[in-house]
Amino acid sequence: MTHLTRRAFGTLLGASAATLAAPGLLRAQSAGRLVIIGGGFGGASAARFARIHYPDVGVTLVEPQSSFVTCPYGNLILGGKRRLGDITHSYDGLRARGAEVIHDRATDIDPEAHRVTLAGGAVLEYDKLIVSPGIGLRWDAIEGYDDAAAEVFPHAWIGGDGSQISTLRAQLEAMPEGGVVALSIPENPFRCPPGPYERISMIAHYLKQANPTAKILAFDSKEGFAKQGLFQDAWAELYGDMIEWVPASGDGRIERVDPANKLFISEFGEEHRVDVGNVIPPQYAASIVRDTGLANESGWVPVDPHSFAAAAARDIHVIGDATIAPPMPKSGYVANSTAKTAVAAALAEVTGRPAWDAPVYFNTCYSHAGEEYGISVVAVFRPTEDGFEAVPDSGGLSPRGPLAEQARNRRLEARHADAWYDSIVKDMFS
Amino acid sequence: MTLSRMTPAALMAALVAFPVAAADPGKMLAQACAGCHGQSGEGLGSVPDIRGYDRAFFAEVWQDFREDRRPATIMNRIARGYTEDEVAALADYFARAE
Ligand SMILES: Cc1cc2nc3c(=O)[nH]c(=O)nc-3n(C[C@H](O)[C@H](O)[C@H](O)COP(=O)(O)OP(=O)(O)OC[C@H]3O[C@@H](n4cnc5c(N)ncnc54)[C@H](O)[C@@H]3O)c2cc1C
Ligand code: HEC
Repeated sequence: MTHLTRRAFGTLLGASAATLAAPGLLRAQSAGRLVIIGGGFGGASAARFARIHYPDVGVTLVEPQSSFVTCPYGNLILGGKRRLGDITHSYDGLRARGAEVIHDRATDIDPEAHRVTLAGGAVLEYDKLIVSPGIGLRWDAIEGYDDAAAEVFPHAWIGGDGSQISTLRAQLEAMPEGGVVALSIPENPFRCPPGPYERISMIAHYLKQANPTAKILAFDSKEGFAKQGLFQDAWAELYGDMIEWVPASGDGRIERVDPANKLFISEFGEEHRVDVGNVIPPQYAASIVRDTGLANESGWVPVDPHSFAAAAARDIHVIGDATIAPPMPKSGYVANSTAKTAVAAALAEVTGRPAWDAPVYFNTCYSHAGEEYGISVVAVFRPTEDGFEAVPDSGGLSPRGPLAEQARNRRLEARHADAWYDSIVKDMFS
Repeated sequence: MTLSRMTPAALMAALVAFPVAAADPGKMLAQACAGCHGQSGEGLGSVPDIRGYDRAFFAEVWQDFREDRRPATIMNRIARGYTEDEVAALADYFARAE
């Protein structure tokens, strides 16, 4: 489907109602081509939604990985509650829905010609483009932390082929008795604000059984974090003094790593010897949107809050972690929720069917803090003229309180979290 | 092309050809629910099935969630985020969902 045909449809709209009212004709003429870059939370959700609700539009999804490893529930691998296969998902469901899935990497976008170039040399033409490429890691931000260092100190913050999370799990298993696990946690904004703290919890959950004298040192570049009270309650209740969280003001900012000598070096020059190191580096949007001018100088992509249209180019919508959308978090649920608005907005012009004029965006992030111990944060968001706002007096955190009082809630939320995972994955890939 | 920018004829044609409007507010709002309750509200694991929910009862349950009169781990926090019109659209949508 080409640019030309899209224009032809534009002309058709001006034609007589009699011609247009012939459904077969309209359907045949109106079918445009939606290309989606990135088959993760935003991209897969968009592809599935488009195939179900706009069957007359052709969908091509470009994703280098042949199957998708979710970041959500990756921490449960560290906790010994899931295996890699449980969080790896096939693209066959999307193919069965009629999406064309190409396993390649997009290397260039030409917004004028409406073309995407792939690493393998193919060129795809689109009427509308949705880009959900996720994050890139700022390799230059922590001295000594590069691709090679990530083999020693995994980040496990991008699903990829699953090797990062598997390496981290193997390192925890191999750690000497009473060893030290250290994490380096970045400043905002970054992917999944509660993610590092769920990770700390799941590592503690594993070590409590396998290596109970081990220690976890969580070096943070911030002064506070998502669901802090709930997490710290859980840590005190479940893990005693195993976990030490070090805020920026306590010299928590890690500025350099030395993988050969297994060292984390802080802002004030303190050297910490670690047995297992998890470096979650500062982030920006994935390279495809930085290299093509869709991102601004912040490294993230400005978008129209009603449609997720990129500010820098026509006919391109950017969703997911790559966007600037505070106070919405960079979460899988937000990527899924905004994907649907973006599809409706993008395809309105192609199909003549209305966009959603009053969109509502939604987020829930469940975290597992221990065995049968779930906590959550929820928010409903609406677009404003130049951004987003959480609906006042709604959403919020699970109630705090001593475990004796909250045990039932925590158990139920852990189960609901599992239901959430299965449900959202179906909404992406089934 | 937004609704308002279309000529009446084009709008008619679009509606005839595509009787199911993708931007039906009930359906779009219900997308958020699908992340826990399943694509058509069929429920999953511990999250309840809400297909074919009685319309009037839905509104009552929603109000009870909002005011913490019904036991909830999360729906109380969610219910407060939606307007009356949106709740009505959701009630219609799930009453029809099968
Ligand atoms: C440990 C952890 C736990 C988390 N837990 C939760 C949770 O419980 N709930 C929640 O809602 N969120 C959670 N998240 C956040 C969630 O993973 C992200 O917010 C979500 O993945 C964002 O979706 P996305 O589509 O922007 O990016 P992704 O899901 O990362 O998808 C991007 C895809 O684009 C592909 N891609 C990149 N560049 C190109 C290119 N040039 N060409 C083609 N394809 C490309 C990538 O291969 C990737 O598959 C968690 C994250 C982490 C790290
Ligand atoms: C984050 C997960 C989650 C999301 C999202 C969610 N729900 Fe729920 N829903 C639940 C859970 C869990 C319950 C059980 C009550 C509780 O624990 O809060 C429930 C209960 C309900 C009930 C009561 C069912 C009964 O008869 O007991 C209704 C109605 C309902 N939800 C509707 C919705 C609608 C409509 C939406 C979308 C706007 C929605 N829910 C979004 C998790 C969710």
